[in-house]
Amino acid sequence: MKLLLKNATIVNIDGFEKKDLLIDKGRILKIAENITDDKAEVYDLTGKHVLPGFIDLHVHLREPGQEEKETLSTGLKAAVCGGITAVCSMPNTNPVIDNKFLIKFLKDRAWEISKAKLYPTGSITKAMAGSEISEFAAMIRNGAVGFTDDGLPLENMCTLRRALEYLSPYDKPIILHCEDRALAEGGAMNEGALSTKIGLPGIHRSSEEAAIAQSIETAKYFGRVHICHVSTKGSVELIRAAKLRGVKVTAETAPHYFMLTESAVEEYNTNAKMNPPLRTEEDRLAIIEGLRDGTLDAIATDHAPHTADDKNMEFNKACFGIVGLETSVMMTLSKLYHEEGFSLEQIVKLCSFNPANIIGVNSGKIAKGEVADLTIVDTEKGWKVTEKLFKSKSKNSPFIGRSGKGRAVMTVVDGNVVWKEKSIG
Amino acid sequence: MLNQNHLLGLKYLSATEIKEILEQATYFKQLFNRPVKQVPTLKNKTLVSLFYEPSTRTKGSFDMAMKMLGAGSLNFAVNTSSVNKGETLVDTVKNLASMGVDGIIVRHSMAGVPELIAKNVDIPVINAGDGFNEHPTQALLDMFTMTEEKGYIEGKKVTIIGDIKHSRVVRSNIWGLSKLGAEVTVCGPASLIPHGIEEMGCKVVHKVEDAIKGADFINVLRVQFERQKGSYFPSSREYYHEYGITPSRVKLAKEDVLIMHPGPMNRGVEISTDVADGPYNVILEQVSNGVAIRMAVLYMLLARRNAR
Repeated sequence: MKLLLKNATIVNIDGFEKKDLLIDKGRILKIAENITDDKAEVYDLTGKHVLPGFIDLHVHLREPGQEEKETLSTGLKAAVCGGITAVCSMPNTNPVIDNKFLIKFLKDRAWEISKAKLYPTGSITKAMAGSEISEFAAMIRNGAVGFTDDGLPLENMCTLRRALEYLSPYDKPIILHCEDRALAEGGAMNEGALSTKIGLPGIHRSSEEAAIAQSIETAKYFGRVHICHVSTKGSVELIRAAKLRGVKVTAETAPHYFMLTESAVEEYNTNAKMNPPLRTEEDRLAIIEGLRDGTLDAIATDHAPHTADDKNMEFNKACFGIVGLETSVMMTLSKLYHEEGFSLEQIVKLCSFNPANIIGVNSGKIAKGEVADLTIVDTEKGWKVTEKLFKSKSKNSPFIGRSGKGRAVMTVVDGNVVWKEKSIG
Repeated sequence: MLNQNHLLGLKYLSATEIKEILEQATYFKQLFNRPVKQVPTLKNKTLVSLFYEPSTRTKGSFDMAMKMLGAGSLNFAVNTSSVNKGETLVDTVKNLASMGVDGIIVRHSMAGVPELIAKNVDIPVINAGDGFNEHPTQALLDMFTMTEEKGYIEGKKVTIIGDIKHSRVVRSNIWGLSKLGAEVTVCGPASLIPHGIEEMGCKVVHKVEDAIKGADFINVLRVQFERQKGSYFPSSREYYHEYGITPSRVKLAKEDVLIMHPGPMNRGVEISTDVADGPYNVILEQVSNGVAIRMAVLYMLLARRNAR
């Protein structure tokens, strides 16, 4: 069935246009003023913005192996309810996604679910054991968009060198969780005055920055890297300098790093425990500047669902990670658009255009002939985060109780309305 | 009146509340010299001691305090409990509360465990040491000893020497002493001074002679040998040479300086034997005072709580 979106403001990275949008067979058929079509399902989107579908580069869907935390079904539904049209799943499941059969399994399940699109990533090394590289080519042929041992740092830089060299003809990124485990010392929160004050073992910022520096210097000679979940000012500075020197590096950060600081863990709140940890105000501001000047290319949630039991325990023992799919667009619009003065074009770049380029998929713009993956937002609509908001199996969010302005109201994937807010007729 | 349901840490107490506990302990200490030492004000109460880490002084001292107050004590041996079957901490404490115990005394290697327990049960929780976070009864007995010996704490210079980074005793002492107006200096190998500790209200001095100069009290911390493996310091020999408390170093302090140590001591590492057993040491006095402080804490949290 055709879909006709009327009176919306269409946003691309290079500007706005107020036109109607006709979609047929999953693609954009026509962008023009006053389109009419008797056979189309029609939505009046006056006052709303239509953006190219948001791609979340960093999501833990937990299936297979930890279905008590999340499944493909709940995770992909949660994504579209948050205005995200596609997600990159991380391969640190059980078993690890390190071969084409598992990539194919994920793609098939996502197709059956038909909510958000799935762009799976495979592991860099077999079973994420850190030694032999996985079958990149076979996984790419079956839909893998990048390779990562996320959750575990790649400690051996020679393995990184081999992976980068081998992968270089395929134009897919090596995605790096940068952490020097020895410097991190098994800590539980950012190391600094607050960790000293509340007696928790710290994760010093040097553990992230030293690993990023090492990865950048390796990538300089051997290929392209994408750096996950950047959390410190020093990391932003390293990436900024590397880009100026022509190193092929891209980077993402998560909404919690531009929204929150370590003070969120002060009462031993395990729902604010993640790795890398929340840092300080100085870091938070540097992350925003990194997003503003393009040092940081993408906003990705690092959606990491955990059950209430995984979190209701000793802070040191509680699992790292928070959910983010449902709250990402809200946080981005309220903080970056409303408070920090980012334009919607910039936000499209960070949430759609750049992510599509990083993983090498054809997406991220609204134009005739393009696939109709769309995130429709109401920048003025208020919200308050409650537990009920979460369609994810888990509700481990530090944002519960927070309110703000600007959210997704409708999500279109392959030309189908996969989710809409009640107020959308 | 103690305005708390729990004793989780000194960071949560006001100066007035700390002083009240010290006063209450003064009262209980007087009983020590009487032929009948018991005051059965808690005779209908039972507390559980939940020690996830080894302890001699703290556990023994709480047991003594409970006996003297007539309270029953449920000894919970972590090693032979269902903790070994994988029961979570939260389930363990909920079960103990359901048995009807009136309070939980807890020691754990992880910071924030007393807070976690307090969130999950509605009986008083007493922190007997959590991770590097707090050891409130130790700091209270330290302050009690200081007050008893010198009359008051305000304006006194207290120097704490040792592994500051991994010490809950230090943190509780800094919170408590700074609230009572003492001037606290910490000193130790730079690799064992945690970031930002000054923000808690103390001075950091690296040279031990400078740190000791003019001190009214020197509180010597135990050096944990496993820290040597973590490359925090090279050897106990070098530690003793650079930071050990020797008679010649003690001479730099005030003439009537008092030497304290929370125990257990490593003689010849952080403290020389002649200092440990010297005329200015109050180390065993601290241990006796520990019983009085723990009686005060238990009494104020359990007996007075019901009276309210």
